[in-house]
Amino acid sequence: MAGYIGRRLLGLVPLLLGITLLSFFMIHLAPGKPTVLQDSMNPKISLDVRNRLEKLYGLDKSLPAQYFLWMQRLLKLDFGRSLGDDRLVMEKIMERMPVTLSINILSMVVLFLIAIPLGIQCAVKEGTFFDHAWTILLFLLFAAPTFWLALLLMQFFGITLGWLPISALKSLDYEYFTWWQKIGDLARHLFLPILVSAFGSLAGVSRYMRSNMIETLQQPYMYTARAKGLPEQTVIYKHALRNAILPIVTIIGLSIPGLLGGSVIFESIFALPGIGRLFYEAVMMRDYPLIMAEVVIGAVLTMTGNLIADIAYAYVDPRIRYKK
Amino acid sequence: MALGLKQESYHTYRQGNIVWLKVFIERLSLLVIAFFVYASAPAQDYGDAYVSGSIADARTLIPILASDSASSEICSMIFNGLVKYDKDVSLVGDLAQSWEIQNEGLTIIFHLRKNVSWHDGRPFTARDVEFTYMKLIDPGIKTPYSGDFERVQSFTVIDDYTIKVTYKEPFAPGLSSWGMPIMPRHILENQDFSNTPFSRHPVGTGPYCIKSWKSQEKIELVSYREYFEKRPYIDRYISRVIPDEATTFLELQTQGIDSSSLTPLQYLRQTDTPFFRKHYRKFNLPNFSYIYLGYNLSNPKFSDKRVRQALNYAVNKKEVIDMVLLGLGRPLTGPFIPGSWAYNPLVIEDSFDQKKARELLKDAGWVDNNADGWLEKEGKIFEFTIITNQGNLERIKVAEIIQRQLESVGVKVKIKVVEWSVFLTEFINKKNFESVLLGWSLSRDPDNFDIFHSSKTREGEFNFVGYRNPQVDDLLVEARRVFDQEKRKVYYHKIHQLIYDDQPYMFLYAPDNLTILQARFKGIKPAPLGIGYNFIDWWVEKKEQRYNRISSQ
Repeated sequence: MAGYIGRRLLGLVPLLLGITLLSFFMIHLAPGKPTVLQDSMNPKISLDVRNRLEKLYGLDKSLPAQYFLWMQRLLKLDFGRSLGDDRLVMEKIMERMPVTLSINILSMVVLFLIAIPLGIQCAVKEGTFFDHAWTILLFLLFAAPTFWLALLLMQFFGITLGWLPISALKSLDYEYFTWWQKIGDLARHLFLPILVSAFGSLAGVSRYMRSNMIETLQQPYMYTARAKGLPEQTVIYKHALRNAILPIVTIIGLSIPGLLGGSVIFESIFALPGIGRLFYEAVMMRDYPLIMAEVVIGAVLTMTGNLIADIAYAYVDPRIRYKK
Repeated sequence: MALGLKQESYHTYRQGNIVWLKVFIERLSLLVIAFFVYASAPAQDYGDAYVSGSIADARTLIPILASDSASSEICSMIFNGLVKYDKDVSLVGDLAQSWEIQNEGLTIIFHLRKNVSWHDGRPFTARDVEFTYMKLIDPGIKTPYSGDFERVQSFTVIDDYTIKVTYKEPFAPGLSSWGMPIMPRHILENQDFSNTPFSRHPVGTGPYCIKSWKSQEKIELVSYREYFEKRPYIDRYISRVIPDEATTFLELQTQGIDSSSLTPLQYLRQTDTPFFRKHYRKFNLPNFSYIYLGYNLSNPKFSDKRVRQALNYAVNKKEVIDMVLLGLGRPLTGPFIPGSWAYNPLVIEDSFDQKKARELLKDAGWVDNNADGWLEKEGKIFEFTIITNQGNLERIKVAEIIQRQLESVGVKVKIKVVEWSVFLTEFINKKNFESVLLGWSLSRDPDNFDIFHSSKTREGEFNFVGYRNPQVDDLLVEARRVFDQEKRKVYYHKIHQLIYDDQPYMFLYAPDNLTILQARFKGIKPAPLGIGYNFIDWWVEKKEQRYNRISSQ
């Protein structure tokens, strides 16, 4: 087992190297230069000045030289400084991480809290009006563009009813609030973003749940359970659910790398300081150090995810462990 | 006689008395009026906050490194330059009390204010100006603004409050370049500019100090009570980052923000509701920018002046403004802002005349020989591409209208939209275009040497259309040497006329700057410079204040 893990870990090194090499040259292949310094064509910023700035940022060196320097820094876990504002790339990412992470986790919790019971109910009442109505509704939700749905909800809850704030994470006077006012304020601000981001995946997860449940309910051991005279609630929530929920657990596992991914559109609409906008802007501005940091973090996360999955499989299935 | 005398004296006494009484009544009534004026206009209250929405977050608050508009906006509240523009767009002293121009413009002597202190209480002196200047010309500093300061031959501190700047040659735009925010030497002296906490927690001399900056959320400033002009009435200035325009507009409806710029559609229609009329005021202000169609003059299609003039006749600018901006823009004939002193009002736009356009094109050899609707010359159809940048719907619409209007004189236009970074590096800088639809944001000084002088045509420079007119070249150089506005004006008026005749650009319009502001703010006086210039005079009556939590300084 240890040997297997060791081999897998060693294999990751060239893989990561390959990913960084490919992506480094690819992002430099995209035409355009870092435009931070000239974003509005200011005639006061002369050509000589711009050439000098490129030099100061080390952009005049050859690509392999730039890659080498970047790699050297990376080995010391230094992602460099952003071309946009000279701040440490890592600092910029860490600043945004908590927002994205907490919204993603909360919306995942909300998603499963709604989707699982809904899926079960639809499966139990398969073919009834309840089932059909939810099927239609879920597909409508699935088909509705997130930004449009978000705007409608903002209009309704924020303006027509006036119950909820429209955007941002906190009120302007947040720091003067008492702690329970702060929690209330955060909850009011996060309600719509979490709801909207959960809506997007609601259809998928609840449909999974429904079909798994339907399949499980047709298994012979269900007859046994019922034949034993168990109450219907126990049959469904104890015997059927435990078997039907397994694939859902896999989905949860698969969505863990996604927890760190943000969405540009979503964050822009709710004016949230998340990670999606950070990387989108980095790409638009050709902020190379920041883009590369994103690539590396994404690659490492995905590789770790796969590794954990593989190890888990190896643990349960000896055939994988011993295969050369 | 005695009686008479008495009568006379009585009379004079009476008269004197009446005069005195009259004066008394006049004075009294003045007092009464003054009292009522005073009573009806209560003293200006302190307090409240002003909340604006910004599309993007600031990048750095080191003013000489800040090149984006969000950063510059915040910097302008925190810092002062030596000079600034007043409401009528003429230069006045800011940190400089006054200045003298000597040696036929070679030397400027600034006399600095003595009562100015930094936000940390330390006095502001000439050493701070010297420090800022040294950083501006330091080749190791990533500032985009060094150009104007490299023309300085010597910079001398005469005493703590006097500075002498000598230029290599007279350079009139140099004066306005001293509007560059001045930074504190005592804090930044031994700091590395690319890694200093100052970039997020600056210390300035301006009316507001930084309180907090939460990346991509908001920047909060608080008023500096010892500001040398006076304590600003509004206690807090908050800039919220709202990247989405639709959200910004929804936030106006919940009054989550106090101010925003508007699109013409929002200005005319969407804010024309009882709610907006009650809670907001709208302003239509001049904008320091214009939109144009530039021709690549080295392309044989456009090298003939008659062709460019014909194209100008063939496009109806009024229709462009009406359709794209719903009429909220001004046509212009030259490279200056309509209404500014440099703009020559005598250059009148030739009226829209497609018949004349066809005649001119015919003179230049473009005729429709095969009656297919398109003009040809030497067997080739007159066809060209307009490129413009992605993400600006307004420009794409303009291009489409021009396309349709030129079609009716037999000129075929294609439109290509390119992402901004690629647009600049691959098309503009490499002069890889036939015509380009773009805009210029102008500084308040009219000098446009970099845009129209024939020496500025290298890759990456701003005369990318390749305009060359020796007369204009000379005038541009001369105009830079003259400080007196009345005399300088003559040069720019000539330049305006010559450039209009040459048509290197088809000048399209200067869009209006449409702004909306919450109605509780008082003291706003719209002027040619806009409304923000007297922000420290803005105030809100106590009972209307919305953000009343005391800000601790």
